[in-house]
Amino acid sequence: MKILVCISSVPDTTSKINFTADKSAFDKNGIQWVINPLDEFALTKAVKLQETQGATVTVINVGDAATEPVIRKALAIGANDAVRVNLDPKDSYSTAKEIAAVAQNGGYDLILCGKESIDYNGGSVPGMVAQLLNQPFVNASVGLDVNGSEATAVREIEGGKETISVKLPAVIAGQKGLVDEKDLIIPNMRGIMSARTKPLQVVEPASSEVKVQGVSYDSVPPRAAVKMVSPDNLDELVRLLHEEAKVI
Amino acid sequence: MAVFVYAENINGVYKKAALEAVSYAKAIADQAGDTVTAISVNPTDSSDVLYKYGASNVINIKDEGLKNFSAKAFAQAVNEVADGNTIVFPHTTDASSLAPMLAVMKNYSLITNVLEAPESLSPFQVKRRAFSGKGFMHAKAEGNGVIITVSQNAFGVKESAVSGSEEVKNLSVANEDTKVISHEQSSGKLDLKEAEIVVSAGRGMKGPENWGMIEDLANVLGAATACSKPVSDIGWRPHTEHVGQTGKAISPNLYIAVGISGAIQHLAGVNSSKTIVVINNDAEAPFFKSADYGVVGDAFQIIPALTEKIKAIKG
Ligand SMILES: Cc1cc2nc3c(=O)[nH]c(=O)nc-3n(C[C@H](O)[C@H](O)[C@H](O)COP(=O)(O)OP(=O)(O)OC[C@H]3O[C@@H](n4cnc5c(N)ncnc54)[C@H](O)[C@@H]3O)c2cc1C
Repeated sequence: MKILVCISSVPDTTSKINFTADKSAFDKNGIQWVINPLDEFALTKAVKLQETQGATVTVINVGDAATEPVIRKALAIGANDAVRVNLDPKDSYSTAKEIAAVAQNGGYDLILCGKESIDYNGGSVPGMVAQLLNQPFVNASVGLDVNGSEATAVREIEGGKETISVKLPAVIAGQKGLVDEKDLIIPNMRGIMSARTKPLQVVEPASSEVKVQGVSYDSVPPRAAVKMVSPDNLDELVRLLHEEAKVI
Repeated sequence: MAVFVYAENINGVYKKAALEAVSYAKAIADQAGDTVTAISVNPTDSSDVLYKYGASNVINIKDEGLKNFSAKAFAQAVNEVADGNTIVFPHTTDASSLAPMLAVMKNYSLITNVLEAPESLSPFQVKRRAFSGKGFMHAKAEGNGVIITVSQNAFGVKESAVSGSEEVKNLSVANEDTKVISHEQSSGKLDLKEAEIVVSAGRGMKGPENWGMIEDLANVLGAATACSKPVSDIGWRPHTEHVGQTGKAISPNLYIAVGISGAIQHLAGVNSSKTIVVINNDAEAPFFKSADYGVVGDAFQIIPALTEKIKAIKG
């Protein structure tokens, strides 16, 4: 079985998000880059399938050379090899097109993604890849088993969950729950050393059509100063919520 | 510029998010001098519900094969009937799964997590959520068709009654790639993303046995419950309640955070709540900086007392 895991390189979760002075772009200064946390669930799941079912795991990232440390980290976690499409992606569609182009020739049985990247929050790449490849798609997956040419996925639905059998090849977008938080793999020294020699292929982009432009960006406006209420005066809190904020 | 909207239903009944999406579509249609056509799959609810929010046309897709959700099959069905260059979806799990597939089928631009009415219709430009709530992006669609997903509770449900008509479309979309084996839905529980009030608690609650008081407060307020990430990691609460950067992003009218420190990753999922109340025994907890109202004190005393006081005013 061949698995392709899509990883996105995103600002570390503690990052303060700033924009350039003209507000036309995200300011990358001083940012630490990490594997998108939701992709880490997908990657760990793939490495588990590698261990239990002898799958091979390829990671793919659409990004410029600056994303290579993040790709090496994915290799250190246990992927067999990696592909980087040499394009600083401008939108979900251009990213999905590149992933689909690589996947097209790779004969992957399963494509695993995180359901959303924590930077641009598009949540669009996995579904687009599925459609570009004409494969079934299961989103928001919180459980996955593979059995020959079929997978059983559990997906989160509003107020519950649903178990689905899916014909492979398919695209599955995962989130927390796909594997337990405690099972996320922290690379050890051996993993880090071997990642240095694992194949990382760089391919040039197939197309560069962009469908959505980020025209400008804003930071979140600060809230007005907090009003503190004494714990001995909860009547006042109730009054404020009722009369001032009008939320109860 | 015919405006189409996907009116999602759950067991045949229109979701609040669907009414919000219809309200949004109506706002665009008014701006463009056009009308709204709502599409729904196997609804049992009356189309009157959708007329009330501005849909003057309702296309009811009847298809036994679409009894269970499949992103691909639903995208195909919507593709067959959505004959316009603007299609609005709610940003629910199902709708945001089929929207990207439809965008590829139609070769349209897709803008997700939309927060406000568009800044411009042609080219289509709109403010959307980005950086997990730590920033906003003004996104512009290239090309001649656009699909958007509207962030839940952002635009609001707005009545705008029109007289409408209904059309039934019998389709039979092939749906063979996926098969639902089981479907569990806890009935009667308020959906976290749709809830207007959310009571949330963190590690400060010390253990799962103490959640009764959180649920009591939620019950008197008609609120949903949520939690911080470590709480669901330890298993005190189901991970479906985890809010934040790696959990759910919510924007209720009122968010009450109990025993939650207010780490940047937690704030990322909740800072678009309209009013935030923080209850924490540590006056230095970072969350107070992002709150509208704060109480420094022991949650174990404050929560039961607050519950009683709210019960009293609710009479
Ligand atoms: C990659 C990554 C992603 C993350 N994503 C998320 C996310 O999506 N959501 C999220 O929530 N976190 C996330 N986190 C974790 C985040 O950094 C914090 O660790 C977490 O939010 C802290 O949860 P907490 O406030 O419940 O617990 P704590 O930090 O332990 O804080 C508990 C609070 O309770 C207070 N308290 C204790 N006892 C009482 C009492 N009796 N009465 C009142 N107050 C009391 C304390 O003063 C303290 O402020 C993420 C972390 C990483 C590394």
